[in-house]
Amino acid sequence: MTLILLLEQIFNGLQLGVTLFLIAAGLTLILGIMDFVFLAHGAQVMIGAYAAASLTALTGNFYLGILLAIPVTFASGYLLEFLLIRHLYRRSHMDQVLATFGLILFFNELIRIGFGPAALFSSLPASLSGFVTILPETPYPVFRLLVIGVGLACALGIHLLVSRTKIGAMVRAGANNEAMTAALGVNIRVLRRLVFAAGACFAGIAGMMLGPLTAVEPGMGEPLLILSLVVIIIGGIGSVRGAFIAAILIGVVDTLGRVLLPVILRSFMDQAAADGAGPALASMMVYILMSLVLVVRPSGLFPPKG
Amino acid sequence: MKRLSMAAVAAAMVMTGVAQADTVKVGYMTTLSGSAGTIGKEMQNAVNLAMEHTGGKLGGMDAEVIFADDQRKPDVAKQLANRLVKSDRVDVVAGVIWSNLLMAIHKPVTRSGTLLIGSNAGPSPIAGKDCHPNFVSMSWQNDQTPEGMGKYMQDAGVKSVYLMAPNYQAGKDMMAGFKRHYKGEIVAEIYTKLGQADFQAELSTLRAARPEATFIFQPGGMGINFVKQWHQAGLDQVSKLYSVFTVDNLSLPALQEIALGVVSTQTWSPDLDNDMNRRFVADYKAKFGGYPSYYAAQAYDTMMAIDHAIAKAGSADTEAMRAVLAKGGIPTTRGALAMNSNQFPIQNIYLREAVLDADGMATTKITGTVFENHADAYAADCQF
Repeated sequence: MTLILLLEQIFNGLQLGVTLFLIAAGLTLILGIMDFVFLAHGAQVMIGAYAAASLTALTGNFYLGILLAIPVTFASGYLLEFLLIRHLYRRSHMDQVLATFGLILFFNELIRIGFGPAALFSSLPASLSGFVTILPETPYPVFRLLVIGVGLACALGIHLLVSRTKIGAMVRAGANNEAMTAALGVNIRVLRRLVFAAGACFAGIAGMMLGPLTAVEPGMGEPLLILSLVVIIIGGIGSVRGAFIAAILIGVVDTLGRVLLPVILRSFMDQAAADGAGPALASMMVYILMSLVLVVRPSGLFPPKG
Repeated sequence: MKRLSMAAVAAAMVMTGVAQADTVKVGYMTTLSGSAGTIGKEMQNAVNLAMEHTGGKLGGMDAEVIFADDQRKPDVAKQLANRLVKSDRVDVVAGVIWSNLLMAIHKPVTRSGTLLIGSNAGPSPIAGKDCHPNFVSMSWQNDQTPEGMGKYMQDAGVKSVYLMAPNYQAGKDMMAGFKRHYKGEIVAEIYTKLGQADFQAELSTLRAARPEATFIFQPGGMGINFVKQWHQAGLDQVSKLYSVFTVDNLSLPALQEIALGVVSTQTWSPDLDNDMNRRFVADYKAKFGGYPSYYAAQAYDTMMAIDHAIAKAGSADTEAMRAVLAKGGIPTTRGALAMNSNQFPIQNIYLREAVLDADGMATTKITGTVFENHADAYAADCQF
């Protein structure tokens, strides 16, 4: 493997990483700050992808479709919190797991009833279908560069929002001591609803970015949810910075594992065995990494202070 | 009085028993729930369309189809098969999409003396050493289709090929079938994760290897992902894409123009020119608004085979129906289908390409015939 190819693969890993971060950012705040176990975050990814694909088809314009889909995902998170989630905060974690697992089934079936079980068509406008030569002899799809750009911009936005704004200060205060924050006149209930809706919105954006790359179909968000849970465990539950670093780490490890492991195994095993063991081992890599992190630092790499 | 009513009930039961004897019962097993539910729905549509075309009868007898949703789980399939055979007392069990599910129900159904007709999966064991006379395939043996692709690429003088399939049994079978007739250079044989969503890393490696051709088996949603990303990465300029069971009338509505030009092999295509196929495709499109996939065609053929068998045999007796089907000459959407000694079809393997039809709808078109009357590789191992 040449150095250029290795760099390109690291780039691919970065792209997977920022997608995971968009999903994990909301999840880590919901789990860490609101102390709420939410398993239906993958459904928000699916809602984002479906909203963007159908609104793009409706308006005939990809950018307009995305622009209209963002408020849809925010509203879906807001409504979900208002209708169901807020009644579950005081229940046990087991109740939350059961209720939000039920939500996964509910949303998948809802999408199936509304859009049919078949995958939806979604593609890119001509302006985003081109290539940029990022490295010598390495044309890279413009859209994938855009995904990285949007992901990094969102990460910066979330960072500034949490650390530099008054709302961010309230969120952090609420995480530290809810009763005291409420006593100081902060409306904790509204704050939670906004955090939840923002989380849903970022996961929705991840879905919109995935739509043109993968099949838009019921249940499309679930495999990513599992990886996102790994991300927030490694990053430290409740830490946005941790989620970002862990997401990039997972993205790169998973990508390089898939590409390099079969090659490495083939150097000392016969081909049939290496072909079988390579992909199996590669899909275990991120979980092995998670186990190692948990052994060394049980509360993750960057546990939130306080 | 009480005794009299009991007698009446008993008489009524005997009567219904007699009435039922004239009704043919078919248990049709497919996957109707979960992410693969799209496939099952197509097959269900096609079975219902076939029953409409036969006037609700099979071989002139009143008929009833009982659908069973296997949920893509072997244990559920086994339970359902037992229920169909023992409590519903069906005359024929038909359908089954997945090889592992067919393997699970093959023994219980065939050994109960019930006829089992496969509509899709064709795993090699039941075509070879574990074959049973009560099983008839109305689809293909798994290896037949990729064998056609290997043969075509060998004959076309393709020098080097890059292979990619999901890491599970069918993926390995497909690649083995391909290699049976392709003798050129295999640049790499990559097994991806089953259900993989993003292939960018694999595509980067592929671009660096610069193979003349790429052959993939990525069924269902994986195929949609793969072809989209292949197209977006501009790999059409690097390598020519060939596939089996990836670009079909299920994935084409989600791909549309993106898949144009991808070449596949298949035993059937909507444009196959014969009376039964023309009627099937036209009515299917009119009724369900879209092209049928090969899954639908095979489901339709299965019902037509049952219709043919009962009409010729004059009854729904297992051995009599089997004897008719074993002779071949079964009217299907693939023309009159011939049968091998292991009761798997001997059929043409066509080359087909994704194109747009006159209305701008994406479909597949036959561009050539790779094998005429192609038999599977396992029939010699099958002794009834």
